[in-house]
Amino acid sequence: MSMTITEKILAAHSGQKTVKPGQLINADIDVIMCHDVTTPAAITMLAEKGMDHVFDTEKIVVTPDHFQPAKDIKSAELHKRLDKWCKKNKIKHYYPVGKAGVCHALLPEQGHIRPGETIVGGDSHTCTYGAFGAFSTGIGSTDLAAAIATGQLWFRVPSTIKFVLNGKLSHGVYSKDVILDIIARIGTDGARYQAMEFTGSTVSQMSMEARMTITNMAIEAGGKNGIMPVDDITKQYLTEHLKHKTEYTIYESDPDADYDRVEEFDCAALEPTVALPHLPSGGKPISEVAGMEMDQSYIGSCTNGRIEDLRIAAAILKGHKVAIRTIVVPATPEIWKQAMDEKLFDIFYDAGCVVSAPTCGACLGGFMGILAAHEKCVSTTNRNFVGRMGHPESGVYLASPATAAASAIEGKLTDPRKYM
Amino acid sequence: MPKAHVYKRDHINTDEIIPARYLNVDAEAELAQHCMEDIDTEFVNKVQPGDFIVAGHDFGCGSSREHAVWAIRGAKVAAVIAGSFARIFYRNAINCGFLVVELPGIEQKIKTGDELEIDAKNGKLINKTQNQTYDFTPLPDFALEIINNGGLLNQLAKK
Repeated sequence: MSMTITEKILAAHSGQKTVKPGQLINADIDVIMCHDVTTPAAITMLAEKGMDHVFDTEKIVVTPDHFQPAKDIKSAELHKRLDKWCKKNKIKHYYPVGKAGVCHALLPEQGHIRPGETIVGGDSHTCTYGAFGAFSTGIGSTDLAAAIATGQLWFRVPSTIKFVLNGKLSHGVYSKDVILDIIARIGTDGARYQAMEFTGSTVSQMSMEARMTITNMAIEAGGKNGIMPVDDITKQYLTEHLKHKTEYTIYESDPDADYDRVEEFDCAALEPTVALPHLPSGGKPISEVAGMEMDQSYIGSCTNGRIEDLRIAAAILKGHKVAIRTIVVPATPEIWKQAMDEKLFDIFYDAGCVVSAPTCGACLGGFMGILAAHEKCVSTTNRNFVGRMGHPESGVYLASPATAAASAIEGKLTDPRKYM
Repeated sequence: MPKAHVYKRDHINTDEIIPARYLNVDAEAELAQHCMEDIDTEFVNKVQPGDFIVAGHDFGCGSSREHAVWAIRGAKVAAVIAGSFARIFYRNAINCGFLVVELPGIEQKIKTGDELEIDAKNGKLINKTQNQTYDFTPLPDFALEIINNGGLLNQLAKK
């Protein structure tokens, strides 16, 4: 029977020859991602049930990121619980402060993500890893606890929507603009419970960093997972980053696989896009919204805090001064070091930006750039829900690093092509 | 008598149910004090044990934070009845042994203050105030089994 890439991975991990959408399966898990907000609760639950053990010390990857370094006493207590548990259970891949980074940037960078595997994480943006041809989805603390103890989870096999993205992106348009446009068209529930498979010439021209921005936001359309085919660019990235286990299996969707529907996008026609509050589906072309005054620009997160994003922002900021508070957050220590070595920090400093330690920070309203009432922030993050970055009466405008940088210079939503 | 708290809105997300500024704790009683805070600051003062939250489509979208389910359960809400649910919230609720009922358009039919009763096994929602009964598709057996066992971990611990 013909299957999609998602179905093939789930079949292979549940001991079945084939699976079909709607089927309930019990799947073996290859990688479990744990961070500081959802994992401490999972640890407590396991202890309470007398199940305080881990199924495999090498398949669990742990990093504090949301509130790291600890922002207050309560988050320090979360970190303490996480740290004690990692040491007690001899978790092999533990990234404490100093090595810690925003999980979805850190795991691929440190070589924990391989094609063909099943990956779960206690974070909704775990769908990011699908850029590598893996099945990857976000779960809550109870699922996390069950996965940690047993190495398995139940799933309902999702049906798949195929997104065929064709055309060369024009100058100043990035993968963030593509995914914001897709979500604007299908809505925040347009792919609810479903797999989002992204293919086409636009995808194959993208770097892995750019691809991860797209799969990262599959959850913002309600998707269970985002997934992309493996190609030479994927393999090259893996050659450079895999170090613990280097072999992997590549799955491809059959040409006659059964899709729920196929959506085609002409990406050549896209312009820079900004998602207005308070849903990620609020995307508008920059030409319609340019000029709206902002109070802050935020460049970082698991969506757009990678080195490529910082380079794009720096190229625009070079030789300019920012007109509003501008916060740059390299997503991992390696990205931070690379940005420093490439002298990007000089550009940010000269422009009047502040550079933070790697953290999820203000993206989810944690710390490092919280908004006051009625303030507006143009942000490279992934969600603009009510109160997401601070006060319930503040507003978040989602955009690419280029748009966030250009808007920082003018203090209002600005077409980045003006500065390129 | 358990009453309905109706929010005639779609896409009520986990950031509104329990804002991230409270995610530095995971104790249910503490989370419950902030339940629904960014959509209705008065909710915690109005809610009584056994009450119901009624809302529109795509309830619980956004973050994977199970804290959203814990905050609602901690506020002693008996069940959430919504037009539909976002995937992770729905799954978290089942895993916690917390009842969720999917009934498209329900937020237009029930009024805040209506007295409700749920028969989960047979898929019936009874509105005693309006003297109406609405049928819904009961949760699949495997999900009801998890709920009846008091959640996924209790079920695993039994095995």
